[in-house]
Amino acid sequence: MAKTLFQKVWEAHTVRQLPNGQTQLFIGTHLIHEVTSPQAFGMLRDLGLKVKYPQRTFATVDHIVPTNELKEPYSDPIAQEMIEALRKNTKDFGIRFFDTNTGTQGIVHMVGPEQGITQPGTTIACGDSHTATHGAFGAIAFGIGTTQVRDVLATQTLALSALKVRRIEVNGQLSPGVYAKDVILHIIRVLGVNGGIGFAYEYAGTTFDGFSLEERMTVCNMSIEGGARCGYVNPDQKTFDYIQGKPYAPKAADWDAAVARWASFASDAGCHYDDVVKFNAAEIRPTVTWGITPGQAIFIDEKMPALETLNAADRATAEDAYKHMKLAPDTAIKGTKVDVCFLGSCTNGRISDLREVAKYLKGRKVSPTVKAIVVPGSQLTAIQAVHEGLDKIYIEAGFEWRGAGCSMCLAMNPDKLVGDQLCASSSNRNFKGRQGSQTGRTILMSPLMVAAAAITGQVTDAREVFKV
Amino acid sequence: MSLAKVTQVKGLALAVPGDDIDTDRIIPARFLRCVTFDGLGEHAFRDERTGPDGLERPHPMNSAQAARIAAAKQGVMVVGFNFGCGSSREHAPQSLWRFGFTAFVGGSFAEIFFGNSTTLGVPCLTLSKDDLAECDAFVRANPEVELTVDVQNLVVTAGAKSWKASIAASARDGLVNGKWDPIADLLEGAPAVDKTAGTLAYVVGK
Ligand code: SF4
Repeated sequence: MAKTLFQKVWEAHTVRQLPNGQTQLFIGTHLIHEVTSPQAFGMLRDLGLKVKYPQRTFATVDHIVPTNELKEPYSDPIAQEMIEALRKNTKDFGIRFFDTNTGTQGIVHMVGPEQGITQPGTTIACGDSHTATHGAFGAIAFGIGTTQVRDVLATQTLALSALKVRRIEVNGQLSPGVYAKDVILHIIRVLGVNGGIGFAYEYAGTTFDGFSLEERMTVCNMSIEGGARCGYVNPDQKTFDYIQGKPYAPKAADWDAAVARWASFASDAGCHYDDVVKFNAAEIRPTVTWGITPGQAIFIDEKMPALETLNAADRATAEDAYKHMKLAPDTAIKGTKVDVCFLGSCTNGRISDLREVAKYLKGRKVSPTVKAIVVPGSQLTAIQAVHEGLDKIYIEAGFEWRGAGCSMCLAMNPDKLVGDQLCASSSNRNFKGRQGSQTGRTILMSPLMVAAAAITGQVTDAREVFKV
Repeated sequence: MSLAKVTQVKGLALAVPGDDIDTDRIIPARFLRCVTFDGLGEHAFRDERTGPDGLERPHPMNSAQAARIAAAKQGVMVVGFNFGCGSSREHAPQSLWRFGFTAFVGGSFAEIFFGNSTTLGVPCLTLSKDDLAECDAFVRANPEVELTVDVQNLVVTAGAKSWKASIAASARDGLVNGKWDPIADLLEGAPAVDKTAGTLAYVVGK
């Protein structure tokens, strides 16, 4: 019978049926970070349990690391306590920790792929909702809660129910200046922020075939913003090429067998999908959010929706959004003044993002009214960028060049908005207060759109600013 | 490990209206800077409850009703659709539970939030759109009436009113049988786990 990748991976990792009807699913790869793991280790100790397969859990630190302060102890004692707790826990239980002094630390969803830990046909769990990022490699990867982190540590399994699969096909060529970020913002806008509840998203079509692994990661990353706990792309030659030579990739002698195995997990032609949705790449334009959920988005050259055009349920959220964002319905978003520009995060803090923006940034200057920061998502990315001289281009243009971490994507480290500052951000969430100020405002967009905002001091069309 | 059977939760109810209420709103990220869940209860919905000026804002969580629920350490939160979306932080249900909420009734729940709650033994029951509107209105008009969230029979009742409710069968099963924390079952499967591990090339190191 023809099967989806989701079904094949699920079957290969099914341990047994549980009495309540759920599946006990083997989790081959477990990633942990400092925020959602300490309580799990605490529970483990309380129950007197061990880590069952310590070699299948990998740790890094990302949310609380300051990006402008490399020396410890950090000025924030709580951040110091959290990093030390992770050091102790990983040491006590024999878990590999990509610590800050290794040159390999970074946002957990960047470290897995960079190390070759993220592989096709595997199950990956992490106490972080953006774990679907790893689905770009054809893995079934999802975010879990802290009690479930305990479950994986203690048993290497989770109690789960299978998801339905929705195939999201995007076909054709994106126009210049339109990026993977615009594709996923558009998908969420159309299918809604809760459209994916109960589904795994399979992203496919010629647009995805043409995407690099990093572009695929950008899309899979935001599956959760569309309500889908998990999103993936079927593995292909690009996937295998990306993994080859990485530290945790299969060794030369095992390589061919690994590739054959990985390829066999791709969804079969003619398999059944619970739903299929199609998009035409040519119709997607640079997209920005205007509200407080990632689904409240428009093309840059559109007006924000008039309240009368929305159904009753959406209207209440929209009214709340306009009030918070200090924006007016039925007006253009273009021209809205921005205070802060943030280029980074596990959505768009990879080397390809930094390269793409740098290409256009040469010779341009950040507006004097804007604070612009660029935060490579991982130390390896930062090292590579410096090697290519990208840091100089950003610094020259007036960006602050920072160390690796989550930074201003969320407010757990010193990078925060102040008051009602408006931030043009390449991250994934525009929730109220997300960037550290209760009244702070976030507009999500692609990295190049962030750069255009930095230069002009306003929300604008990068295609015009950079003559793309 | 023996756990209480959660067949029914009874308590005063608080309506917290709005759809797509994300976990950043339920518990802002700065309160995640901690290594235990202790003390999270008092910060539930902190930035909705307190303005930037430090003054209390009008919010259901600041009401006398909320205080009664906090004192009783028992109560039902009536919410909208897609409640608990966004970040996977278990800190969100932990903070509401520590505040005093022992059940949720709503239109729909984000999956990770749902799992995190039921694993705490806190049921999340879903009502149809119309029933939810009626339940919400009833709760506001009759704050003194206790709500009964019947997980066994899948019904929510208040006074003479009752609404048909639903919850994923596996979650209901876990709650009513006192197996809402799956750890015992998972540990029991250990031999089978080793067997599966042995069939996975990447786990055995190839
Ligand atoms: S960059 Fe943002 S979304 Fe990604 S892991 Fe860090 S905080 Fe979460």
